[in-house]
Formats: sequence, structure tokens, C-alpha cells
Amino acid sequence: MAHKRREMLIDPLVDNNPITLQVLGICSALAVTSSLQVAFVMAIAVTLVTAFASLFISMIRSQIPGSIRIIVQMVIIASLVILVDQVLKAFAYEISKTLSVFVGLIITNCIVMGRAEAFAMKNGPIDSFIDGVGNGLGYGLILMLVGVIRELFGSGSLFGVTILETVNNGGWYVPNGMLLLPPSAFFIIGLIIWAFRTWKPGQVEEREYKIQTVEAH
Amino acid sequence: MSDNDLNTNKGAIRRFLDAPADSVGKTVFVAVTLCLVASMIVSAAAVALRPLQEVNALKDKQINILQVAGIYDPSKDVVESFQAFEARVLELETGAFTDAFDVASFDDRAAAEDPATSVALDEDPAGIVRQGKFVTVYLLRDDAGAIDKVILPIHGYGLWSTLYGFIALEENGNDIFALQFYEHAETPGLGAEVDNPRWKSLWNGKKLADENGDLQISVTKSVPAAGADYHIDALAGATLTTVGVHNLLNFWMGESGYAPFLANLKAGDI
Repeated sequence: MAHKRREMLIDPLVDNNPITLQVLGICSALAVTSSLQVAFVMAIAVTLVTAFASLFISMIRSQIPGSIRIIVQMVIIASLVILVDQVLKAFAYEISKTLSVFVGLIITNCIVMGRAEAFAMKNGPIDSFIDGVGNGLGYGLILMLVGVIRELFGSGSLFGVTILETVNNGGWYVPNGMLLLPPSAFFIIGLIIWAFRTWKPGQVEEREYKIQTVEAH
Repeated sequence: MSDNDLNTNKGAIRRFLDAPADSVGKTVFVAVTLCLVASMIVSAAAVALRPLQEVNALKDKQINILQVAGIYDPSKDVVESFQAFEARVLELETGAFTDAFDVASFDDRAAAEDPATSVALDEDPAGIVRQGKFVTVYLLRDDAGAIDKVILPIHGYGLWSTLYGFIALEENGNDIFALQFYEHAETPGLGAEVDNPRWKSLWNGKKLADENGDLQISVTKSVPAAGADYHIDALAGATLTTVGVHNLLNFWMGESGYAPFLANLKAGDI
């Protein structure tokens, strides 16, 4: 059992990563990764929300009527997100201003809903909690990877600490402005998915179609 | 969440819990209970954390005032740096300071809601509905005690939200030193670019009114006839936010705003 739980925690990091394999939660991954600090707070927030949402949903899963289950899940997730938002506003005001709408948008983050519907509705509370933590961490891992690339090459710093002195500040590094814009995260996430699937070919989906070849007459 | 408190009592409740989850009664019960529990948790958190949030909001406002005056130093304590300012309550109509209120506890926004200290606007280009008769302004004096900059609060409606900000004017009451918004909910990446340092830097050195005293400042796409000294380039992709900024600025710098105060400032009566 303990072995299985460890797998549940580790599995979503690479083998079943919510972003690279399930391709969920892309929206916020684009929006909050231009600086590492913000990405880090977002990763923690999503991990907490996913874990506790899964825990509570799993606790009452046998009492949730099937006809309103999505709404019940949404109410629990939304309450947790509001809690996170309130706590951030009280203890990390600057970051909460930077994250602005994206904290609220955790409610619609597919990872939270996905784990609630796919896992927590069918498994025990502790398993669901661990699954939530695992998936949150998997999301966080990709967020941090993207964040490192974007902040380092986009503004020449990591966690706000200057690594590459930019030209604007009298250094030598010409920052790549595109990396500060959301679309750049698409390229980076695409490259990460490519790298993951080259490393683990098992993640490559089978083609749904076959390209027709014209045979010579 | 909801089954914890119910499990302690067997009998009728037990039977209810064992009933199929899809029955109508159960569905209504789960929906109501869940909503009650969730709303209690959310409101408890909101109430418990409000004092801390208010402290943060005040500090943030002070940091913004320091920034707009160009004297913000992150390594120094905010409250201590803020001592550099002389805060006064200004009566807009006369353009003179008033001691009728305690400046430390005077709340501009509450005053703007109170019918006794505000007026309903007939002509309302800034979209603020009611305007307070009194506002808190901040004076920055140089070493000799003469006024160096005045920091005036401004607000008005953009696209989605009311933008709250400060404008810092030089001692002549006509040259803009800086303008900065500290609270708004405009679209990130478009209207929220009012926070962009590059755009904010455009404001430095612009003038409000021309030699004849006519208000010429504009935030538009093309340079107006008055010349570039009175023009700030509009934000690309944020037409309505820009129009909002233009309107609120013209409103607050005009006759129903700070014009009497600025006239006094120019005349050296402050």
C-alpha cells in the first residue's frame, strides 16, 4: 500500500504529468510563468487546492448525488480558492496583486476538476489527497521549468536575482522580450513535451489517422 | 465535510445517509448543506483576515504615494519614509486646506459616499457618480520648507473598473512629475498596461495647461494641435481604458477638480 501511494505521488511528476501528458492547465501555465516567484506561489496554491478539494470530495463522495456532482465539486473547489485568495491578500499582498485574476481562475483549472472527477469520486480520502498533491506538484514542476527559462532569458534573473546583467542596466545581455509574453510558454511547453516523449516513448499517443499514400498504377 | 457532524447521531440520520444519493430529498439536502458550510467557511475567512488585508492595502497605497513622488526606497521602512509627506485635507471648491477633519483618520472614499461631504455629479465624465468635497492630498517639501511636489489623488472609470491613482505635480502646479494607479481591475496585458513602467515614464515633464491657462492635457492616439508637451500616447489595444484615463484626468484637473487648488498653488497662497 505504501509503495502504491509513493507511486501516486511520483507518477504525475513525469510519467503522468498533468500538463505534458494530459495537457491540462495550460492557460495558467502561460499566464504566470514570466517570473519564478509568481509561478512558485501559483504552484503551491494549485497543489493545496487540488489536494484539499480531492480530500473533501472523496470524504463525501458516497453522498454526492450524481445529478449535481459537478456543481458540488465546483462549490468545494471555489470555496478553497477563495480561501487561498484571502490568505494571499493578507500575507502576500504584492504577489496576490501580480497573480490578480489567475488565483480566481484556479477554480476553472482543469487539473483540479479533472482529479476530482476522475480520481476523488472513486477513491478514499487519503489516496485522493496524495493524488492531489502529486498532480499539483507535477503541474508545479512544469511551471518552474517554464519559469526558469522565461525569467532567465526574458529578464536575465532567477527569483528576481540578476544572473545575466541586461543591457538596460549596463550589462551585456540583450533580453529576449518574446519570452516575457505568454505565447512563448507555448513553445517552451511544446519543447518540454517533445523532450519528455523522446525520453519516454511510451507517452506518445497512437495516430488516430493514417496518411493515405497514392499507389502507382 | 458534511458527514462528519452527522455520523455521531444514528437512527434517522443513519437511515438518511444510507438512502440512495440520487433521491430528490438527498439531492436538495446535499446542495443546501454544502452551500451553508462553504459559505460559512468563506465568510469566516474573509472576516478574520480583513484587518491584515486592510493594513496591506494601506501600506500599498503609501508605497504608491512614495513611488509617484519618486522617493521610494525599498530598503527603507515604508511608514518611516512616508513621514516625508505632509498630508492635508483639501476642500476642492475653495482650493484651500481645511482643519475640520483629522487627516489621519479621514477616509476619502467614505467621504465621497456620505451625502454630507459629497455631491452627486450631473456632468460626470470620469464616471464616479458622487464626488467628495474633501480629499487628502500630500505635500512634499524641500529642505527650505518650500513646496517641492504635490501629490493629488485621482480616480475614474476605465473599461471594467474604477482606477484609483495619484498624480504628482511640480511646485508650479502645471508640470507633471508622475502619474500612477494603485488600484484597478483592467484587462491584464491591455488596460492593465497603465502599470507599465515604460508608459508611466511618458508622463514625466508633460504640462497640464498652456500659457493661457487652458487645460490641454490629453491621452490620445495622435498628437493634438497643442503640441507634444500636452500629450501622452494612448495604450495600444486599450482604447476604453485610455479614454477613461483621459477623461478622469481632465475632470480632476478641471474646475470641478483641483483647478482652484492649483490656482492657489500658482499664486503662492499654499
